[in-house]
Amino acid sequence: MHDFGDALALALSLVMTGDADLLEIVALSLRVSLSATVIACVIGLPLGALVAISRFRGRGALLVLMNALMGLPPVVVGLLVYLHLSRAGPLGFLGLLYTPTAMIIAQTILIAPIVAALSRQVLEDLHTEYAEQFRSLCLSRRQTVQALLWDARYALLTVALAGFGRAVAEVGAVIIVGGNIDHLTRVMTTAIALETSKGDLALALALGLVLMVIALGVNAAVQSLRMTAARQAYA
Amino acid sequence: MPDASLTLAGAAPARTAPPLLPLKLRGLSLGFGDAPVLDGLDLDLGPTGCTMIMGANGAGKSLILRLVHGLIPPDAGSIDWNGTPPAAATRRQALVFQKPVLLRRSVAANLDFAFRARGLSRAPRDALLDHVGLADKARQPARLLSGGEQQRLALARALALDPEVLLLDEPTASLDPASVLMIERIAADALARGVRLIWVTHDVGQARRMADDIVFIAGGKVAEHSAATRFFDAPASHPARRYLDGDPVV
Repeated sequence: MHDFGDALALALSLVMTGDADLLEIVALSLRVSLSATVIACVIGLPLGALVAISRFRGRGALLVLMNALMGLPPVVVGLLVYLHLSRAGPLGFLGLLYTPTAMIIAQTILIAPIVAALSRQVLEDLHTEYAEQFRSLCLSRRQTVQALLWDARYALLTVALAGFGRAVAEVGAVIIVGGNIDHLTRVMTTAIALETSKGDLALALALGLVLMVIALGVNAAVQSLRMTAARQAYA
Repeated sequence: MPDASLTLAGAAPARTAPPLLPLKLRGLSLGFGDAPVLDGLDLDLGPTGCTMIMGANGAGKSLILRLVHGLIPPDAGSIDWNGTPPAAATRRQALVFQKPVLLRRSVAANLDFAFRARGLSRAPRDALLDHVGLADKARQPARLLSGGEQQRLALARALALDPEVLLLDEPTASLDPASVLMIERIAADALARGVRLIWVTHDVGQARRMADDIVFIAGGKVAEHSAATRFFDAPASHPARRYLDGDPVV
């Protein structure tokens, strides 16, 4: 218990003093996960909206697939991205393996289905309410998607934050395609795994604390957004 | 108090297309499952005035509005807006629903959305808000308005489309008397500006105040279509007489 207590004290000290290694790892984690979240939203939100307002043969199967993809195992995603980006892979010529870009790609693949599936549900509920009014206004498909995305903005921010939460906390995909290289691709989750295996609990705990704060912050932001939206009747 | 001097001039291009009315419905049928709600309905509506559609609950009054507006297709029969193709006809009408569907935006943004949807200038927005008595609430979230205010906003949004025909589906149901009168005043002003009104109502008093002619629906057909004064003074059909006497109408 002495070791744990010492490690916790050291971890708090690292956080309070703004240790350079710690900050570098946190900054890279945020950069990778925020980039993946933005790209996943650019892909997933319009996709979710289009599926929400469309009726076509095979739609049910597509919904099952979208929901199933929400549970993609990170190590499988990491492996698939690795196979594509490795020197022998079809995209090996890009030289992206073991770079932050590879990690962003892997996390994007991981969370885009989450964003698409959750936004589809949100937007379909909203479209059910608006459908007759929109048909009466003779809106085009593009206008309909734009209007739904804007009117569901608070709920969709919650969806984006859920995607970010998933991205920033995952370790399996980024460790395979990033390699956990010091000062290059080391992020919070991979550093925690490494430092724990080395017995350096202080840095691992410090990173764990930061990760917990981020998780709490994300949830607080979600709650705050919901309350704001409800207060303004925009939810 | 609504401002009766509203003008939408400049919002819409001048009309060059043939008039949308008369409207001819022939053999219109629509049902759900084995039960037909409308059963070979025929109806002719002239180019001007306020037509009130009345009938018992479930008679198919609201369905008629949705059918003529192109929101749902009939099982059988035809809808002829003076030869205008259905899609073009829908763009020249506006429909106010019984329960207003307002966007999760401000009052002003709800109107802007309607102007943008039809590619119209939003210049008349403030005058329109003033016309329906909502000028001081332009920045408020639309869904926080009272029921009467929400319906006035829905009516303003319909008028923003500069329609030739305004379809009203029980817009004053569950509103207080003052709100009902405001809606009627706004509708009357639209009528005075040449907008054709086709209005579904259960409110006999409202029909007496507003209607030029009454279409009474029973048994999936038009049981009676006559001038309002005649309809209320001496209804020709048995179902209409029962309805006005407060008896159940099948």
